[in-house]
Parts: sequence; C-alpha cells; structure tokens
Amino acid sequence: MKSPRTDAALEEQSMNNDLVNRTGVPAPLTSRRTFIREAAAASGAGILSAGMRVSAQGTAAKAEQMVLPTTTKEVISFKVHVPQAALDDLKKRLANARWPEKEPVTDWSQGVPLAKAQALVEYWRTRYDWRRVESTLNGLPQFRTQIDGLGIYFIHVRSKHENALPIILTHGWPGSIIEFLQVIGPLTDPTAHGGKADEAFHVVIPSLPGFGFSDKPTEVGWRLPRIANAWAALMARLGYSHYVAQGGDLGAGVSSWMAKQRPSGLAAIHLNLPILFPPPPPQPGGYTAAEQPALAQLGKYASDASGYASIQATRPQTLGYGLADSPVGQAMWVYEKFQAWTDNKGDPAETISVDHMLDDITLYWLTDTAASSARVYFESFAKDFARMHLELPVAVSNFKGDFFTPPKVWGDQTYSKLFYWNEVPKGGHFAALEQPELFVAELRKSFAQVR
Amino acid sequence: MEMEKGSENKAGATATFSSRRQFIRAAAITGGASLLAAGPVPIDAQQSPKKAPLLVLPAATENATPFEVHVPQAELDDLKRRLVTARWPEKEPVADWSQGVPLAKIRELSDYWARNYDWRRAERTLNSFPQFRTSLDGLGIYFIHLRSKHERALPIVLTHGWPGSVFEFLEVIRPLTDPTAHGGSENDAFHVVVPALPGFGFSDKPPEKGWNVARIANAWAALMKRLGYERWVAQGGDWGAGVTTALGHIQPPGLAGIHLNWAFVFPEKIPTEGLSQDEQRAVDAAAIFQTQGAGYFLEQATRPQTIGTALADSPVGQAAWIYEKFNAWTDHDGDVESALTKDQMLDDISLYWLTNSAASSARIYWENNPATYVGGKIDLPVGVSVFPREIYRAPRSWAEKDYSKLIYWNELPKGGHFAAFEQPAAFVRELRACFTTLRA
Repeated sequence: MKSPRTDAALEEQSMNNDLVNRTGVPAPLTSRRTFIREAAAASGAGILSAGMRVSAQGTAAKAEQMVLPTTTKEVISFKVHVPQAALDDLKKRLANARWPEKEPVTDWSQGVPLAKAQALVEYWRTRYDWRRVESTLNGLPQFRTQIDGLGIYFIHVRSKHENALPIILTHGWPGSIIEFLQVIGPLTDPTAHGGKADEAFHVVIPSLPGFGFSDKPTEVGWRLPRIANAWAALMARLGYSHYVAQGGDLGAGVSSWMAKQRPSGLAAIHLNLPILFPPPPPQPGGYTAAEQPALAQLGKYASDASGYASIQATRPQTLGYGLADSPVGQAMWVYEKFQAWTDNKGDPAETISVDHMLDDITLYWLTDTAASSARVYFESFAKDFARMHLELPVAVSNFKGDFFTPPKVWGDQTYSKLFYWNEVPKGGHFAALEQPELFVAELRKSFAQVR
Repeated sequence: MEMEKGSENKAGATATFSSRRQFIRAAAITGGASLLAAGPVPIDAQQSPKKAPLLVLPAATENATPFEVHVPQAELDDLKRRLVTARWPEKEPVADWSQGVPLAKIRELSDYWARNYDWRRAERTLNSFPQFRTSLDGLGIYFIHLRSKHERALPIVLTHGWPGSVFEFLEVIRPLTDPTAHGGSENDAFHVVVPALPGFGFSDKPPEKGWNVARIANAWAALMKRLGYERWVAQGGDWGAGVTTALGHIQPPGLAGIHLNWAFVFPEKIPTEGLSQDEQRAVDAAAIFQTQGAGYFLEQATRPQTIGTALADSPVGQAAWIYEKFNAWTDHDGDVESALTKDQMLDDISLYWLTNSAASSARIYWENNPATYVGGKIDLPVGVSVFPREIYRAPRSWAEKDYSKLIYWNELPKGGHFAAFEQPAAFVRELRACFTTLRA
C-alpha cells in the first residue's frame, strides 16, 4: 500500500505544507485534503498484521509482533488493528502467569497487593475487550507522520467551528492518548456538551516517541526539548498558526519546553501537574507554612515513591525485559501508579474504570513499549524535567488528588504571565481520565483569555 | 526428632557428634526427600489450579533437618518454555550497558540458559554438601554446614547478599574446612556454616514484615548456638555485611570477631573538606552509585511486590535484573565472563528463578529502608578485605574510627563485589590471615 509518489515529491509536499503554515492561510483545508487522499491510499491499513518484520535476533515464533507502517513527512491516515495472534498470546501469558508470594503487609506499601493483582489479571483475561477500545480509536481520525526522523502517531479532531482554538494535548507516563478520549467530544463540539461555540477546540493528541503507535527512537537524544520541537513542527504541519498546548506529567514537561522555546504560533500553555519544584526560599526564615505541604509531598516522593523513576531513569533496558515478557509485570508497573496517583480512598477503580485502566495498560503491552517509554526518563528525568522560568502565558490547574500540588506562590515566582490558577477539588494525576468534565471546564475557562 | 531443644549446644565438645548424629538420624527419617516434588502443593485460594510445578519446601522444626535439592522436572520444563517464548523489547539505543543489559547480551545468556545450561549439575554440587533446614524465630532457614575434620577448627558463618546466594561460597567451603588439602595448614581450618537469607534460596519467605538485618543477625546467633558452637566468627559482603555488622553490634555470646568484604564505615556527617584521597574516592564512588546505579535499590526498597510480580513471571526479566549486577560489580575489563562464567551466573539466577524469590529477596531492601553506609562503631574484633571493584572501597582511616579493634586490613589487587565467587583463592587467604589471631 505504498504511495506511488517519490520521496522528492513528498518532501515538496511537506515544504508546501510548511509554506501554507507560515502564511497561516487555509490550513484546515490542507489537512483535510491530506486526510482524505491518504485515507484513500492507505485504505484502512494500519498496523500490518501480515508481513511481519522479524529482527535478526527474533525467533520464528514471534508472529504476533506488531509492525508500524513506515512514515514520511506526509500526514498519513492510520487505523489500529492488532493481530488476533497478539491478543491470543496475551491471554495465554495471563493464564500461565507465575505469581510471587503474598505481600507481608496489609496495604499497597510494598506495591500492588497480590489479591488486587490477580483480580485485575483475571478481569483482563476473561472479560476485557481490546476490540472495544480499538473501534473507539478507529472512530477518530488518526494519523502518523514523520517528524525529525521519527514516525509520530496522533489523533486529530477538528471542530466544526472554524474559529476553534487549536490545542495539542500531551500525555505522560504511564498514561497515553487513552487519557484524553473522553474529552475530545466536549472540546471539539462544545455546543453538544454544555458549552458554547466560542469554547471550541481543534484537538491534536500525539503519542510521545516510544509510546503507543509512535515509533521507538533508535538513537539517544529524544529529550523533552526535542519532543517539544517536534510538537511545534507537527502543529505547523497541520497548518495551525495560533494554538495552545496542554499537558500533565511528562506532558507538562513537553508543554513547558514548548513554552520555553516559544515556537511561532504557540499562544499559551495549560498544565496540570506544573513542574514547580521549590524555588529557593525568598526570605532567610525559609519556607512558609503554606509551602510546607508541597515540600512534604516531594519528600515523600523522593524517599518512598520514586523507585520506578529511578530505575527508568538509569536502567530502562533492564527493566524492560521483565515488562516486555510479562503482561502481568507490565500491568502492575502501571496499575500501581493508577492507585497511587488518582483521587481515591484506596481503590483506583473508584476514579477510573477497570476497563479504562486496562485500555492504557493493554496499549503499553501490545505495542511492547515498556522499555521505550521508560527511556524518556533516562533521556530527561534528571536534566529536563525541571522548574523553568517561562515568559509565555501559563495556566495551571492543580487537581487535589495528584501526588504533587505546588502552591501558587511558586507559580508566581516561576511564570511571569501566570494568567490562570485553580485548585480543582476532585481528580488527580490523570486529570482528563479521572474527571473529564472538570478537565474540560478548566481548559474552557483558562483559555477563554487566549482566544 | 524430639531432641531436647538446645541440649546439643550446652557442651561444645559434643557439638560435632550431636550435629552428626542429628544429620544421620534425620536423613534416615526423611529418606532423602527434601523438596517435595510430589505431594501436597499448597494452592493459594487465589491461585489458579494450573500451577502444578511449584516448589514446596518441607516444614522446618527446631532440629537441623537434612535437606537435599531436587527441583521437579516440570519446573525446569516450564522455565525452558518461558525462555523460548520470551517476548523482547527493542534493542537499546546505546552501544554499551548504560541503559542496562544490552539486548544481544541477554539473548545470548537466555539462549545458553535454555539450551546448554544444566541445573542438575548445580543441584549435584549443592547436594555434595551437607544441607539442612531448621526453624529460627518462626522461619525455616536453609544452610550448608560442613565441619572440618580438625576438631579445633574455627566455626564461621558466611552470609551472602543480593543478588548473590549460597552459590557464591561453594568454591571456598572445602578450602576453608580442609586447609591441608588446599595449600593451608591445620591451624587454618574452619567449620563452615552458609545460610540462605530469609526470602532467599531454600530458606522460607517471611509471611510477615520485620525481618531486618538485626533480626536476621539474631537468628544467625541462634543458629550457631543450635549447632553447638560456643566460639565462632562471622563474615559477609553486601547484605551479608549488613547482617554481619549487626552481629558486631549485638555481640551475641560466642561471637569472637567478624570479617567484612564491604565495610560500611561512612561517618554520620561526611566532612566537606580535608578528605584524604581514599576518603574522597569512596565518597565519589558512593555518589555515582547513588545517582546512576541505585534504581534497583530504590525500587526494591519501596515497591518490592510490584517489581517482584514482573520478575516472578519472566525468567528473562529475572535474569537481566541480576546479570546487570554481575556485569556492574565484578572485576573485569568489559567481559563479565572473565570474572564469572555463564554457568556460575546462571546457577545463581536459576536459584532465584526456581525458588521464585524475586519479590521476597527484594523485600530485604524494604525491611531495612532507609539503608545507609553508616555502619556505626563496633567493639568486637573486625577484619576487612577491600576488593578493588567494590561499589566503593572503604577507606582505612574511617574503619579505624569505627572499629576499635581493627585486627586485619588488606586491599587486594583483584576482585569485586562478589569476592568469594570471583576470587575464591584470595578470599580463602583473607579469612585465614584475618582470623589467625582469634583462634583459641
């Protein structure tokens, strides 16, 4: 299903796109034309279930591996179809799981309790339906395009309101595009979801490099600033000349770097989980009482809750072997964070349905992205995931149940144009997934000032 | 099996005979059975019924019951099946070990494990030693116990760490017990006790929290007493050094001195200036470890169950988790196999896999969290051997401050974290030299 056009022609088209983007003229039409033409060319092929690429070291038994189609600078329509063999293999592995002994504690203090792990896996094996989320995804316009040498997957839904504000939403770890599926409708079609036409967004939701259906980097260097650059290129390629960016977790890192880089067209950013590590205390007396809770949160994170980050930042490949080979291991590596970081009284299912958690977990499993997703920590956790002074307008929503909710004073000291700050009483780290309505309300309210 | 508790301990003179008698009698009773290959498999209420090949350890009593290793064939078949159906991540984007075990290296090890490695050989080696299990503080503890033919031999308990095991010591046991056949003199002889830490190898997995190094140290003291040893010494590296240091603090009756091949001698507050070259080198090495090499440590110290769940289900995951440390912590110039053979590494890795002790072994970090390099002052005699490729090399100046009776200090030219495993001959020489002055 290769496009007959030459690379030179593709390059030229890409340059045309860039030209269109610079003038800011009829971007929507361009991307629509591209969409329609490429959809016709690709005719629904997405993940190639036939024609498996077997690595030199791969054994012949690895028929269930997925292979992503190659990308060019074109924006090429993409659909998800996971080979049945991969789903069968997953079930087989779940049925053959070997378990450790029960934890010697009565809570989550040593990680996912055995009983909880086994219950989740039992549901995954016997009741969970990947084809459901696949058809949800395939009901959305999905694309892949090559940016900076890497194939990037993204969802792109345009509003019917031509004046809608384009927004790029970036997930983190262990999240994915799954986090945003429930907010796409309300953001793009506000009048059908309790909002007004002038609250509409055109929505772009990419997968980070090494995550989901984006390519896995084959070389080091995909640090947050590079991803931020790529996102700006993506928005330009889509023809957007005035847009905003949003993110939490690593997505907040990417969005913050975009604000730092100030690509042309980026008007403002919104962060849940702003990267506001404590600035030096302004007065000799040290931090105020109001700053203490956030300091305590960071202390607890460092001493008791950052093991995953430490290993991902230093030995992502070693960790990746266990998680790539064991769906149970992959599931618990993620499930632990759903429990720890969402707004719940003990059970993450209070705030995110088991199906939604498994949508996210299954996406990691089926794309074999344990190592590649962990690598973002290796690339950036120590160096780029840091408090940065930003001159671009910044909006912040602190969701109460997140593991880190910095005080506004740190925002004031860090962002020269902090135009919106709100404490949201419900929801946590996975804000859009936990509280889609509140998340949408935050974006509508904050970005009203940017339109 | 109703030997009066502790009666064998009362007179040191009869210890040998007591434990021998016990060995013979218990062996007769158990008929050589040890790991129950058949018989009742305890199936957890939540466990699916398919899990037939589980290893089950026999219940331990306060007797030292002989034990032999026989892993059910179904376990070995299951391992092989998992190895050949392993699903791999993509190749690392670096040309070295900086992101962990390179894909080509783990695939090579995994292929060897599936095709060439022979667990039965390792099992035969283990079974060539007298092995026992006994209940200490409510937990079944496995240990190798080889007495010297020299009655005046010095009893020693050798404690492994993570990701080590009793396999580290197999090459040194006979030279220690039988020095005259191994280049030493009768005066160098030891009676050797090599226990597996709780949650490791063929020791039980603690079902409750609380098994920190102090509790383990107390159990070791009880073990030595149970074996009838009235005057003995202790040795360890890694967590074994943690346990041995704890023994040095506790000073149980009978403990005459300790030897460490990794000494935790950091001061409470490290001076910001005036450090000697050796001190600075130790501080720098510890800092590099802390920032670049402690991911496994922090994960195991905080979420052992989560990482354990992954490693329990994937032998390649378990292998990589350990292989990485063999590469990082042994003395070699780029080829870990010049320090330890594939068979040696896989003996240790297989033991972790077959006993399903990824989570339970990781828990020792959780139990002792936060662990530091500040071991504190010890007034019992202490000997230290510094191997050059240790995570940090303990400076003698700090050891002299912490150890009021520093009876032995040596810095060796070769070897690393797994001293006995890598350099068995040098390790034996160190113990002989160190403990000369403590022999009665």
